[in-house]
Amino acid sequence: MTATRAALVVALAALAAVPWWVQGDYYISVASQILIYAIFALGVDVLIGYAGLVSLGHAGLFGLAGYAAAVALAGGSGHFGAVALALAVALLGTAVFAALSLRATGIGFIMITLALGQILWGLAYRWVSLTNGDNGVGVATRPMPFGLDLEVASHFYFATLAVFLLALSGAWVFVHSPFGASLKGTRDQPRRMTALGYNVWLIRYFACLFSGLLTAVAGILFVYYTKFISPPTLVLTSSAEAVLMVISGGSGTLLGPIVGAALVVIVKNVASAYIERWNMLLGAIFVAIVVFMPEGLVPGSVRLAQWALKAIRPPPAPAGGSPPGRAGAP
Amino acid sequence: MSLWGILAINSVAFGGLLFLLSAGFSLIFGLMRIPNLTHGSMFMLGGYVGASLYMTWHLPFWLAALGSAAVVAAFGGVIERLLLRRLSGSILAQVLVTLGISFIVADFCLLTWTGDPISVTTPPALAGGVRAFGLFFTIYRIAIILVACAVAALLWVLLDKTRLGAMIRAGVDDPEMARVVGIRVSRLFTIVFCLGAALAGFGGIMGAPVLTVYPGLDTDMLPLALVIVILGGAGSLLGSLVGSFLIGFVYNFGQAMFPELAYFVLFLPMVLVLALRPQGLFGRHAS
Repeated sequence: MTATRAALVVALAALAAVPWWVQGDYYISVASQILIYAIFALGVDVLIGYAGLVSLGHAGLFGLAGYAAAVALAGGSGHFGAVALALAVALLGTAVFAALSLRATGIGFIMITLALGQILWGLAYRWVSLTNGDNGVGVATRPMPFGLDLEVASHFYFATLAVFLLALSGAWVFVHSPFGASLKGTRDQPRRMTALGYNVWLIRYFACLFSGLLTAVAGILFVYYTKFISPPTLVLTSSAEAVLMVISGGSGTLLGPIVGAALVVIVKNVASAYIERWNMLLGAIFVAIVVFMPEGLVPGSVRLAQWALKAIRPPPAPAGGSPPGRAGAP
Repeated sequence: MSLWGILAINSVAFGGLLFLLSAGFSLIFGLMRIPNLTHGSMFMLGGYVGASLYMTWHLPFWLAALGSAAVVAAFGGVIERLLLRRLSGSILAQVLVTLGISFIVADFCLLTWTGDPISVTTPPALAGGVRAFGLFFTIYRIAIILVACAVAALLWVLLDKTRLGAMIRAGVDDPEMARVVGIRVSRLFTIVFCLGAALAGFGGIMGAPVLTVYPGLDTDMLPLALVIVILGGAGSLLGSLVGSFLIGFVYNFGQAMFPELAYFVLFLPMVLVLALRPQGLFGRHAS
């Protein structure tokens, strides 16, 4: 436990010191981006890892929150009002989204969330009078909490880090609470949980709401980060990227989605500097991860490394394990 | 009045296209329990391949349509044999692999056919229109409706009157039991997957003169297929037929009446069905 605590302190110190050991505004911005997507991935992981429900429509909720904030700001609202409105709209949206998606579990859940996500995308794309269609909505200023000018890359990073730590602690409390335990119960043994008197549907519904809340927080941060939102933020590819972050880092843990988010954001930034074909690469990564390391990148690489080592150096034969036919062979 | 008449014809024609798309999706889902997320890509790929065969290679339209259906069917067969087969039993992995392939296909199409929309000319024999009952009907749209009806009839005969159809139905109802009585369900998987892919590819080129072929056609069509299967019920041919025409009407009329909310209007039938009959209108078991 003390080792874990020490690791936690080191990680926190490293995160807080990012603006000093990373040189240049661009890289600090990338770090902010990683934290934003880590919150998003945590939200998706609450469903995939702890509830056993895979959503392919979360980019719709992410965008819903972002659009609500951007539209409110463009309409002249203050930052506090815009953020409050965005959270309320996104939670309301999630409430409807979850009520419909939870009519099914498993494959049905995936299909309904995908369809709902695309419908939200269609709304952002077509409802031109509200969303300005393909041109998107711009955000003029970032807020100035406690007089801190968030236009400065490192200041924005610190604000994002604060929100991220809050979201992470929230997620930690959530999954380690008795409620989190019952959520894992509905994932593994829904029938038994029903027999024990738990309302499985309601537990899943609350998990969806919490996931929606984290997603909305990430969406609002995103809109302040890019100061702009347009329909491509809501496309299926974005939902899929979030799922990729979760499964590549390892679902059902809190560290996994964070590592996955860092991985995907870095690969995407690096890759887009050299090649144009991010979507093809994303698809290939998806297929490769699923086929070769279904358990996630970190445990998967360990297993592949062990396998490669074994292939080079065959393990010593277990005692008495050699077939008798070969024992007397020259 | 005449506007509504034309809108109705367009809706039926679009419903016919949607049927070509969703029939295969529904069969694959019903039999293999896989939501084939490459289905929209297969529709788009069919459109692009058909457009190339017809416009660049100057094949006759119907030959080009059959050719692109064959190409997409072969592509589907490769996916099923090489990837999905290895992942049988793991639903999440299959979903993610089909999703990954759909990204690869989308990018491949962008690379090969560029980002400009390709408008496919209507085959000369079906160009123009006829005037009847005071309305002007585009012949090509009527042809789409007839072809969709013919495909529906053929599929119905295949599923209801042939030995293969009986085996597929047995596989949809109870795969384990079908295996026990000696049906090679895994071979059915390949056949059904190729058939569904071929139908989607055929739908893609049939729709090309009306919809044009453009990047993003895949993600435009995939949610429609999902909504239709949610409405009609998985594995039900009748369900996807009714669902297709329903969505054809809702989408076209929605677009005409509330252009800004066209996509959102699709939501309403889905909400109703999910609330009242989550297994779909004609589905036998919950998805």
